[in-house]
Amino acid sequence: MSTCTLIPDWCRISEEATHSIEDYGRGVPRWCLGCGDHAILAAVQRYCRDEQLPLEKTVFVSGIGCSSRFPHYMETYGFHGIHGRPFPIAEGIKMVRPDLNVFVSTGDGDCCSIGTAHWIHAIRYNMDMTVLLHDNEIYGLTKKQASPTSPAGLKTNTTPRGSRLNPLNPLSATLGVANVSFVAQAVDWIPDLLHDIIRMASLHKGFSFIRVLQRCPAYLPTEFEAQTRNPERVLLLKHQDGLTLPPEIAQTYRNQEEHDPGDIHRAREIASASDPIPVGILYHNPAVPCYEDSVDRDRIDTAETTHAFLEQEMDKFTIWPTSSEARRA
Amino acid sequence: MGYGVWTVEIIPAEIQPPARSVAGASGNRIRFASNPVTNGGDAADLAVALNEQVLLERLGELKPGCMILLEDKWRTDPNPSIAAQYRKTYDELTESGFRLVEVPMEAECRKLVSDPRRGKNMFVLGLLCGIYAFDLQVAREQIAFIFATKPQAVIDANINLLEAGYAWTRANLEMRVNIPATKPTLPQLVLNGNSAIGLGIVASGMKACAMYPITPATSASHYLSEIFEQVGGFVHQAEDEIAACCFAIGASYAGGCAVTITSGPGYSLKQEAIGLAVMAEIPLVVVNVQRGGPSTGQPTKVEQGDLLATVFGCHGDAPKVVMAAASIEDCFYSMITARKIAETFNTVVVVLTDASIASAQTTIPRPQSDPAWHAPPLDQNPVAPGALRYDWDSETGLARRVIPGQPGGMHCVTGLAHDRRSRVAYDPRNNEEGLRNRSRKLITLQQTLRTPAVFGEESGDMLIVGWGSTKGAIEEAVRRVRAEGARVGALHLRFIQPMPPGIGEIIRRFKRVLVVENNWSDPVDGAGVTEDNRRFSNLAWLLRARYLVDADCWSEVMGQPIKPSTVVRIIRERLS
Ligand SMILES: Cc1ncc(C[n+]2csc(CCOP(=O)(O)OP(=O)(O)O)c2C)c(N)n1
Ligand code: SF4
Ligand SMILES: [Mg+2]
Repeated sequence: MSTCTLIPDWCRISEEATHSIEDYGRGVPRWCLGCGDHAILAAVQRYCRDEQLPLEKTVFVSGIGCSSRFPHYMETYGFHGIHGRPFPIAEGIKMVRPDLNVFVSTGDGDCCSIGTAHWIHAIRYNMDMTVLLHDNEIYGLTKKQASPTSPAGLKTNTTPRGSRLNPLNPLSATLGVANVSFVAQAVDWIPDLLHDIIRMASLHKGFSFIRVLQRCPAYLPTEFEAQTRNPERVLLLKHQDGLTLPPEIAQTYRNQEEHDPGDIHRAREIASASDPIPVGILYHNPAVPCYEDSVDRDRIDTAETTHAFLEQEMDKFTIWPTSSEARRA
Repeated sequence: MGYGVWTVEIIPAEIQPPARSVAGASGNRIRFASNPVTNGGDAADLAVALNEQVLLERLGELKPGCMILLEDKWRTDPNPSIAAQYRKTYDELTESGFRLVEVPMEAECRKLVSDPRRGKNMFVLGLLCGIYAFDLQVAREQIAFIFATKPQAVIDANINLLEAGYAWTRANLEMRVNIPATKPTLPQLVLNGNSAIGLGIVASGMKACAMYPITPATSASHYLSEIFEQVGGFVHQAEDEIAACCFAIGASYAGGCAVTITSGPGYSLKQEAIGLAVMAEIPLVVVNVQRGGPSTGQPTKVEQGDLLATVFGCHGDAPKVVMAAASIEDCFYSMITARKIAETFNTVVVVLTDASIASAQTTIPRPQSDPAWHAPPLDQNPVAPGALRYDWDSETGLARRVIPGQPGGMHCVTGLAHDRRSRVAYDPRNNEEGLRNRSRKLITLQQTLRTPAVFGEESGDMLIVGWGSTKGAIEEAVRRVRAEGARVGALHLRFIQPMPPGIGEIIRRFKRVLVVENNWSDPVDGAGVTEDNRRFSNLAWLLRARYLVDADCWSEVMGQPIKPSTVVRIIRERLS
């Protein structure tokens, strides 16, 4: 095993190669038939192929849940963490390795319940990563318990007579946090827009938050049924700085709004509406600084420079054997 | 100046406790001697008090009949109740035998400065220099050094106060104590345990620290925050300890080696993430500066109550390395060792210290920088086709480390049971294989550890076993009882998991084993306490389980360092 010297920014130029969509996939996903996660995976792999993201320079991080199995199905680096904590793991990665493309897959329980503190602070850190909130409005993996995004009245195993609380709105919550820089909503049943939104999110430098409404046929088979059948119940957001709609889609989904992603007030209004479901870029502000950029990356630190500093630092605590040396220190 | 010294900060829990309050007393205990000092010692020979109330909580820490230098301004305080309180306490203390000397500190300082509250400490320093016949010139030099960035007027004012205090002693006090100094021949560092941790982290070459503020660990991060960027390091103050631990794990996974610093409650919160690092085999250094527990407990007080929680803390079998710093010097070196082990074994190393060494200051020999402290650069070469992420070596349990960016090494780490390719695998064989190899790593490490030296008798009537910050006090006690003829030795453990080889053999050379530590145990003669229900101190449980030895234990939870005289008393009692 030979050791190569460390290049300060850890960059390695990957060899020119053309990756197909299949190259980005690993194994056979274990999700249920018809699960919206399949569509999200397909859209992500398609985006990776389009951008030819280097496999070794890309990391998918997740928590725990059906959706958090995501990294296992990508032939990139992956980190399948613990429930609710994908954000701090991804932050640690990005801080040490800003050269990596970092994606986070998280569920509505993972992000909006157990991981809420991390989610709110991740928005504020605004580190450059793309976040997919797989929002199926239910706990899938643990078999149908209410999630914070479950609609009021939803019958689940923990709310057999109907959920007693109004749902939390992840878009409104995100738009309310300091340093928010990119918020979008997609639905698993319009894969082309899902793909385009993922692309725009990835191009944004900062914390790009995409809530994907994801169907869970196993536990909520009818949850988005009406919306998938009736295009009128989807509102497409378009703008020259946001999504440009492919003609076929524009034809099917006639309910459209010209929305400037720079307009946070309108974004908040749109976020609060759920019928029709808004799809597109709600908010984009490229000017918010990223936490990882607050670190000086230009310096070169070696064992020698560190030890020179250590000697200098120890001088501050040192009593020298003679007092003339003390004066010198 | 050539003395061994150990200082202990007395810190009230409140930021601004009411003036003259008994519980709000703050201060500093200073122990010094001709030789190096390893602990805070026993009762004080001399006390200086800026009001009489602060003495009340601490009378037990003063030698009976010792001298107390007391600010006298309260005697004539305009508030009659304060003046009365002062006189009453003064009379009571005098009656109980203390030699009270009233010193007009405020009045003397007022002759030199307008705000005596800001200069009294220098006056007191002068008083002490007079009593201990210190070289005033050295004190003047130190003042100039400390205030080097301040205007000359400030330096002069402080020196004037120092000299005034000195003159007051010379004119009014007969007490003189001469403690000969031993001039050191090598440079010494004066620092506390938390600063030593900060310096040790820099020396280890680690570049990332994630933390959430918690007493008494925070000052290590304060110090690190101050200096870390100058070596390209970074301190992340996370939103909570879970996040701090996960951030550190992410940073380590990505190719750094990260440390997270905390104390009891925060350590509890990190458990699940620590298990993840063990399971996924990601290097991680965790520092737990213990405090009194459980729950919020005693934030500023000393306790060693987290040992078992550290060894066994996570759910499932999560073998991790547990080290304990036995001294302030150890705090420095343990950071270097912890990083080495974490990266060599791709696992979690927890270093335990506690409040008694975190903020105590002493002198330690200045470390000689060694390039070997730094880990070599990581291998970032492409990974050979077919190479397995967990290519566990059947003898050592060790597997390769692959970091993002390495072509061909793509895999998904997971906290789920996994096979050698890091694919989720629940079948019994795979699960057992993972558990076996993670456990084997500790065996491999254990074989490289050295048997600790026994202090005092190599065999005899009683072996005292301790760990962590109690080393100095225990060894001082053993020295004292040996001088009385007792056949006692002391064994101090720095590695608690795995335990170094040879411990059982040492234990068998002694008739009895007594574990001494700063945590809870049911007293052996406590009401209702029997062999069947006695709860032992942390380390005693471990020794009893591992070596099948009927180890006895003595422990206390006074929130203070264990005193050598206490250990002496216990040894005498148990031997008689
Ligand atoms: C600390 C902890 N608590 C609880 C669980 C059990 N658990 C696993 S996934 C999950 C919820 C999953 O729901 P969600 O995040 O919405 O993901 P989905 O399965 O719906 O994709 C829970 C409660 C766990 N793994 N860890
Ligand atoms: S339970 Fe629901 S979320 Fe989970 S895989 Fe099945 S359909 Fe998807
Ligand atoms: Mg869900």
